[in-house]
Amino acid sequence: MSEQKSIQAVEDEIVDEFSLFDSWDDKYEYIIDLGKKLPPLDEQYKKDENKVRGCQSTVWLVADYRDGKIFFKAESDAVIVKGLISMLIRVLSGHSPEEILEAKLGFIQQIGMTTHLAQTRSNGLLSMVKQMKNFALAYKLKNETATKS
Amino acid sequence: MMKTAIKSNTLDVYAIRRQFPILNRKVKDNALVYFDNAATSQKPQAVIDALVHYYSYYNANIHRGIHTLAEEATAAFEESRTAAQQFINASSREEIVFTRGTTEGINLVAATWGRQNIKAGDEIIVSNMEHHSNIVPWQVLCEEKGAILKVIPINEDGELLLDDYEKLLSTNTKLVSVVHASNALGTVNPVKKIIDLAHATGAVVLIDGAQSSVHLDIDVQALNCDFFVFSSHKIYGPTGVGVFFGKKNLLESMPVYQGGGEMIKEVNFEKTIFNDLPYKYEAGTPNIGDTIAFKTALDFVKNIGKEKIRKHEEMLLDYATEQLENLPGLKIVGKAKEKVSVISFVIDKIHPQDLGILLDNRGIAVRTGHHCAQPLMDRFCIPGTTRASFAMYNTKEEIDTLVVGLEKAIKMLA
Repeated sequence: MSEQKSIQAVEDEIVDEFSLFDSWDDKYEYIIDLGKKLPPLDEQYKKDENKVRGCQSTVWLVADYRDGKIFFKAESDAVIVKGLISMLIRVLSGHSPEEILEAKLGFIQQIGMTTHLAQTRSNGLLSMVKQMKNFALAYKLKNETATKS
Repeated sequence: MMKTAIKSNTLDVYAIRRQFPILNRKVKDNALVYFDNAATSQKPQAVIDALVHYYSYYNANIHRGIHTLAEEATAAFEESRTAAQQFINASSREEIVFTRGTTEGINLVAATWGRQNIKAGDEIIVSNMEHHSNIVPWQVLCEEKGAILKVIPINEDGELLLDDYEKLLSTNTKLVSVVHASNALGTVNPVKKIIDLAHATGAVVLIDGAQSSVHLDIDVQALNCDFFVFSSHKIYGPTGVGVFFGKKNLLESMPVYQGGGEMIKEVNFEKTIFNDLPYKYEAGTPNIGDTIAFKTALDFVKNIGKEKIRKHEEMLLDYATEQLENLPGLKIVGKAKEKVSVISFVIDKIHPQDLGILLDNRGIAVRTGHHCAQPLMDRFCIPGTTRASFAMYNTKEEIDTLVVGLEKAIKMLA
């Protein structure tokens, strides 16, 4: 297994990939393609408690904690949102709670998705990031409590 | 001769467009196509100028000042009341109360008339196509009073089932509160009939005119409704201004809404004497500038003529309906015989949010989602729709742009 890339390294990769696109249509084609390729979430996870609040579409997000790292899985009924989640998973999944909490996620703005999508609650990108960071915070606090006791 | 006569009957949409500066802007390198008029309409230069003129020339607090600016501002503010009275043909200026908007108007009725008149076991009737603004205030009131909320069902085309409505009516019915034109479907409801039937059982009727007032002629005397509420911003006027109409006898007997300045005649610590109508319901400094510019918007509509506007919008609705129905997998939600220029639709296997994002990318502004009418979406078993809503300044060419945008989006998302 190759060495795990840092969050920043993956962010930089995504920014590089997006720099190749000339138009917004091309960017969206790519995001839609990512969305279509995101593996479906097992039906058992598609329940209310896994829903991300604040999205116009339905987004389910689950987190697994293994060997000090968080692994995310998610799905949405809207394909562009699915593409965006796919990128967030690529950047954040497989990292420690501390790394996830510290992630700046500047790539979202650099690829132009902030002005485009994230400002209103309809998009849900910010809600997804918040939810992922909440998971990280929860696991971090859990670890600290475990160490203390 | 004939030709001139025909021309004067139709609206010169390009001349109108020139009066709306925002229509010149580009969105993501595309000419803006603004089809979110049911959410809010754009403002003509005259309305923008009226606002600027007020703040640059005679900004002052109204009703109490004796200086020139206060007198001018008061006169302009009260002219807006007269304009609003005429716009809905109310019999008196005293029946026109300014609010922040339609939602506040409904809440005002719930908080005053509702609190005074609704008791345990009483029934309030709304319809299945209400905006949340015409559901939640009544739910809160019913909860507080132990009253019951009843719902008029609708058919597949999005029309109220009047037979069911008649069955819901009884001597327990104290209030019927229905929307005149649906924001999500465009359906125009037969409100005159609804009002007459309600009155026959002794119930009071509130009509939510948020969507209808910009498209249809409103005559509250002919309708004989007890309350009528609407917003300025959907009629080419500023945001933050609404009109609450109430029949004078009801307004006189209802308790006050909010306490404060403006709404009082005399205050001492033993007792307050409330002001006359309509000021009794207008506590605090109102939204003076926007209310003054609201009159400019009403004049703008009046000068063009609602009949001309309605014909133009009907043409757009018919054309859009015909064009959209040709698209593969597209289904129009809301096919009532009587509609305002609102067209809501779903496309097979495509989420409205995806459509909205891709259309925005081409400069086309539509609304996607549940349109603050979740019970209505549940009725059709859909999470939401994409909605295009047309105003006087929209064109057939813009609808063509929408169709191209939808074709492209369908191709990308399929």
